[in-house]
Amino acid sequence: MDFTIKTMADYAAEGKSPEVLFWVGCAGSFDDRAKKITKAFCKILNKIGVDFAVLGQEESCTGDPAKRAGNEFVFQMMAMTNIEVLNAYEVKKIVTACPHCFNTLKNEYPSLGGNYEVIHHTQFLKQLMEDGRLKIEGGAFKGKKITFHDPCYLGRANGEYEAPRMLLEKLDAELVEMKRCKANGLCCGAGGAQMFKEPEKGDKDVNIERTEEALSFEPKIIATGCPFCNTMLTDGVKHFNKNTEVEVKDIVELLAEAEDL
Amino acid sequence: MQYLDNIIFLILLVAGFGLFGKSLLKIYRNIRLGKEINRSDRKAERWETMARVAMGQSRMVKRPVAGILHLFVYVGFVIINIELIEIIVDGIFGTHRFLATIFGHTFYNIFTATLEVLAILVIIGVVLFFIRRNFYGVKRLTMKELFGWPKNDANWILIIEFALMVFFFTMNSSDLILQQRGVLAEHGSFPISQMTLVPFFDIFNFDSGFLVFVERAAWWLHFVGILFFMNYLYYSKHLHIILAFPSTWYANLNLYGKFNNLDSVTAEIKLMMDPNADPYAAPAEGAVTEAPSKFGAEDVFDLNQVQLLNAYSCTECGRCTSVCPANITGKKLSPRLILMKTRDRLEEVGRNIDKNGKFEDDGKKLLNDYITKEELWACTTCNACTEACPVLLDPLSIIFEMRRFLVMEQSAAPQELNLMMTNVENNAAPWQYNQADRLNWAKD
Ligand code: SF4
Ligand code: SF4
Repeated sequence: MDFTIKTMADYAAEGKSPEVLFWVGCAGSFDDRAKKITKAFCKILNKIGVDFAVLGQEESCTGDPAKRAGNEFVFQMMAMTNIEVLNAYEVKKIVTACPHCFNTLKNEYPSLGGNYEVIHHTQFLKQLMEDGRLKIEGGAFKGKKITFHDPCYLGRANGEYEAPRMLLEKLDAELVEMKRCKANGLCCGAGGAQMFKEPEKGDKDVNIERTEEALSFEPKIIATGCPFCNTMLTDGVKHFNKNTEVEVKDIVELLAEAEDL
Repeated sequence: MQYLDNIIFLILLVAGFGLFGKSLLKIYRNIRLGKEINRSDRKAERWETMARVAMGQSRMVKRPVAGILHLFVYVGFVIINIELIEIIVDGIFGTHRFLATIFGHTFYNIFTATLEVLAILVIIGVVLFFIRRNFYGVKRLTMKELFGWPKNDANWILIIEFALMVFFFTMNSSDLILQQRGVLAEHGSFPISQMTLVPFFDIFNFDSGFLVFVERAAWWLHFVGILFFMNYLYYSKHLHIILAFPSTWYANLNLYGKFNNLDSVTAEIKLMMDPNADPYAAPAEGAVTEAPSKFGAEDVFDLNQVQLLNAYSCTECGRCTSVCPANITGKKLSPRLILMKTRDRLEEVGRNIDKNGKFEDDGKKLLNDYITKEELWACTTCNACTEACPVLLDPLSIIFEMRRFLVMEQSAAPQELNLMMTNVENNAAPWQYNQADRLNWAKD
């Protein structure tokens, strides 16, 4: 990165607090593909001058995969640890690029004592745009066919369908909707801790089914807003040997590209 | 002996309703075997949801063909109920078309004509449903999991409803001819009968005595049919015509993504994390010390009452299964089947109680004997099933509770998930990376 990423500890040392905490998440921190999403998001925030911090080494898994797998102990252990850290820094607003972190922090932390305004990065970028802080020229994408895959934990789980679409429309691209979209969207196959295990026996894998549907529209780009969907669909595209023609991108990566960042 | 009819009628009526009441009580008792759950908050929203979803059928119309046909049949159900009032009064007091005297001429005409129109819509709906279900090959209606009773049940319902409507028209048609001949007093207007069965009856030119017999026979069959139908409900997926109401009222109103946090675990973790806590200290006054007997659900007793109510309310329509990513891709999981199996087990437990006075261990459990691990682990928790269900049932919550049991009570998660959970616990990430490296991305 050609600028410094500041942590909450850095801010605290300066006696300041940032506008927003960027919750990076495990995928965003460690997964090579997802790290690109993390960086793209930071670049945008940096460019428009949003004061943001990360927790860095003080961040832990939100506990989502353990929870969905049924391990309430591990989940609550993670949750309480995180809440202690967040509350110590008096965090008010959290933004994250992972719908699983988003959902857990937003819906499952409050009853454990963690009350924050939690937003998904697409919602945050939409806010920034509406406030006139973020401006997008979509030249590079003009006329390109893009289809958007709704992440379950952003869409159905939390009812957010519009923010990602609004951002995509700003790119001047040709947005095509799959038949299974929005509330009827089909899972990528990674949720509920499936990401971490082999799928059960069946006729095919869920990500193949989903990618097949996306590819049937012959898009140039399959856009999504979740690092796990990203992995699943990238694998799907490879499965069909389409990885030279079709890209799987997070919305924030497209925005960063449009801005030439 | 002139009151024989009335007496037989009364006996049938009391027996029919009595049996029905008994079934309902049994369902109530069985549902109460589940754990209590507080869903009495947000009352206004609950009434609104019930009105919109159960009465207004807002979710049915998402699939327009089934939605409209269903609306026909649903409205038919409502007529049966209005009509039942007249039948009961006529039956007990030996009157004929009692409501005519109350409604007055014009209004009674409108009333009977409306019933006829609705009844013909029911016939259309039922016939098309029958064709669609048996010959048209809608996948969710022809899946293997419906073979046997569920499929027959669905067809029986359609046949019974068809028969009830045919009796209704037969009764009206013979009545109408008798009215025209001056044998019976003129009450009501019967446009559909006039156009269909009356001309058909006219061909044979039946004598009035025979028509009186036909009218009475159809009236009795119609009445007995309704009682039969009512009592059949208990054995049928058709229970939803009643239970859709409480099920939608008690539905989960939270965002789908918000799963419940187990309070018993919270208490324990707080204790663990508090450096000042003395684990041997006597519990504070009034503290909840009783650990739950179990984490998660292994059998129907461990599920909550709303989940058990859900099991009885499922219409087996398979809208959930048809959108389930696991099921679509050929895995064993079917959310519909999760509810059907829960109901089967609950019924089995109920029969056990009937027989022994209380539940005697039968060596079986919902887990493994009905629902297998393979099904449970195939779920992506995507909530497509809950979004699709026309009566707001929540198969996912049952799957989730059973996973909790597998993991927290039996440590029976798939090996890779155990690894993931260990990583989360030790490295604060599902992968084996060091927490100290979490910010490395910022440095490349
Ligand atoms: S939540 Fe589970 S059962 Fe329901 S549709 Fe998704 S994968 Fe299927
Ligand atoms: S759970 Fe709902 S959607 Fe699924 S079969 Fe039952 S009634 Fe239909």
